[in-house]
Amino acid sequence: MADTTGTDTNEKDTTGTGPTGTGRPAERAARRAEAAPAARTALARGRDRAPRGLRLRRGLTPWLFLAAPLVLLITFTYAPVANMVAYSFTDWDGVSPELSYTGAENYVELFTRPELFEVFFVSGYYLAASVVQIVVALYFATVLSFDVRFRNFFKGVLFFPYLINGVAIGFVFLYFFQDGGTLDSVLGLLGVHSDRAWLGTPVSANVSLAGVSVWRYLGLNFVLFLGAIQSVPGELYEAAELDGANRWHQFRYIIAPGIRPVLSLTVILSISGSLSAFEVPFIMTGGATGTETFVIQTVKLAFQFNKTGLASAAAVVLLLIILAVTWVQRRLVPDDKVDLV
Amino acid sequence: MSRTPRSRRPRTSRRGIARTLTHLSLVVASVVVLLPLLVVLLTSLKSEKEMANDSGALQLPDDLLNFDNYVTAFQDGRMLSAFGNTAFILLFSVTGTVIIGSMAAYAIDRYTFRFRKLVVALFLVATLVPGVTTQVATFQIVDSFGMFDSRWAPIVLYMGTDIVSIYIFLQFVRSIPVSLDESARLDGANAFTIYRKIILPLLKPAIATVVIVKGITVYNDFYIPFLYMPSEDLGVISTSLFRFKGPFGAHWENISAGAVLVILPTLLVFLFLQRYIYNGFTRGATK
Repeated sequence: MADTTGTDTNEKDTTGTGPTGTGRPAERAARRAEAAPAARTALARGRDRAPRGLRLRRGLTPWLFLAAPLVLLITFTYAPVANMVAYSFTDWDGVSPELSYTGAENYVELFTRPELFEVFFVSGYYLAASVVQIVVALYFATVLSFDVRFRNFFKGVLFFPYLINGVAIGFVFLYFFQDGGTLDSVLGLLGVHSDRAWLGTPVSANVSLAGVSVWRYLGLNFVLFLGAIQSVPGELYEAAELDGANRWHQFRYIIAPGIRPVLSLTVILSISGSLSAFEVPFIMTGGATGTETFVIQTVKLAFQFNKTGLASAAAVVLLLIILAVTWVQRRLVPDDKVDLV
Repeated sequence: MSRTPRSRRPRTSRRGIARTLTHLSLVVASVVVLLPLLVVLLTSLKSEKEMANDSGALQLPDDLLNFDNYVTAFQDGRMLSAFGNTAFILLFSVTGTVIIGSMAAYAIDRYTFRFRKLVVALFLVATLVPGVTTQVATFQIVDSFGMFDSRWAPIVLYMGTDIVSIYIFLQFVRSIPVSLDESARLDGANAFTIYRKIILPLLKPAIATVVIVKGITVYNDFYIPFLYMPSEDLGVISTSLFRFKGPFGAHWENISAGAVLVILPTLLVFLFLQRYIYNGFTRGATK
């Protein structure tokens, strides 16, 4: 398989280069060998006695290694993006062979039918939750990067939820929010006798679900921050302490600047995560009582109502928003290289 | 990691208070994390009758060794076939990811070829496209290959969308001295031999990272198997557990047992590989 796909990729670059690329493969390989850095050409020169076929193989070698990854990348990332944009201008139902071009109709529908647009407000809950999540994760990462008793235990406890299966988390919290479930029992112990259906009204359901997502994803942010903080040289803290800096000063002037790249990465991940929230709400409520998120809606449009065209338009909008956020973030925080590994 | 050796002996009482508050916050956080899980564990050990008596979620079960619900969950939840399917998908997609990622990293780092920059850019830009947004169109492609409702659909998708692993491998390949390749080449080794005999063995730490991160992601994924493998026979851990809830409606003792069964392997892996897991996720996310 690797062989055939290898030639495929090679043909692709022929079309890409126009007239110069139309030469015989052997010549192209030779040109490539010339372009190689001195050390490698010197090596190749040692084998100049070798037949031409061997030199062709040397030019092809990187493509043989790249064939499988590139084919997968193009088939499952770029082709879908291109198709999705194309579908978004049609009324295709996803099954029938016929589809007709409808122009921007899907986009108009998306922005004029309020119920289709409402899902974005649901993302607001998750966005607010990510702010809480980042602040709390930052606090615990700072605290646990200093010497604290049972440090490893706390570290493990905070991170573990991130590793748990999403469906299991969904069920754990369905039970948690049950009438007479964990939350009500705990509140009862504390003397608060609440009698409410936590997932019963849109506001409390969304707050509950967003809370679950904080519970689930806090650990990842926490571990990322912790790794970043530990890459800050320890002497800095000692020096600061000698200068009389307290913990807040140390955080403000040493830790915060030191982890800025990870912080900005986390912000992007949180925004795109909030917009594409799916698992927790889908498993716990199926999108009922006003908890439908953008992705749940898109999946329903495409796979239940067979509105592939409309669903594609929705997906394009989501993708554009996420790309825009990333772009704005790159502008605000100029590309500092993340060098933590 | 005792960066502040002296802070163990609080110098002022204010420090002491701060220290107590810090510990308090950590204890509260641990309770918040552990309580929902512990309650589910307790519930899974209760009998149907105990549940009906409605003793409250925090009540201890009468018999701490009552595993009936686990038997029910394991059999009726078709957990055996779920674990089998998950293992199959894990094996192929993780192996594939390691091979594909390391080969791509080797080619990108060790060769100068035309369109090298373009190839790197293609991998880079792809990280910006979240998988969930393109799923509708990806579905049509997977379907057109006839892979819909087979275990190959998730396998190719997991292999094809994993760009993070290429970055992790790239980091490591860079740290392997080129002189090693060159001396091997002088000894007559070809590119594939160099990759297999020199690069791959030296990539062991990176492979461990990728296997762990990818393994956990695949084990926990719900979205892809849910969309691409609707047949009940093809249930993986997530989808089988999801379907299990249907017939058992409000039987929380059974559902809890199912959830614990699914969480347990993760907990064991976590306890044994903790350090590697932290490193893996730090590396994975920061490239």
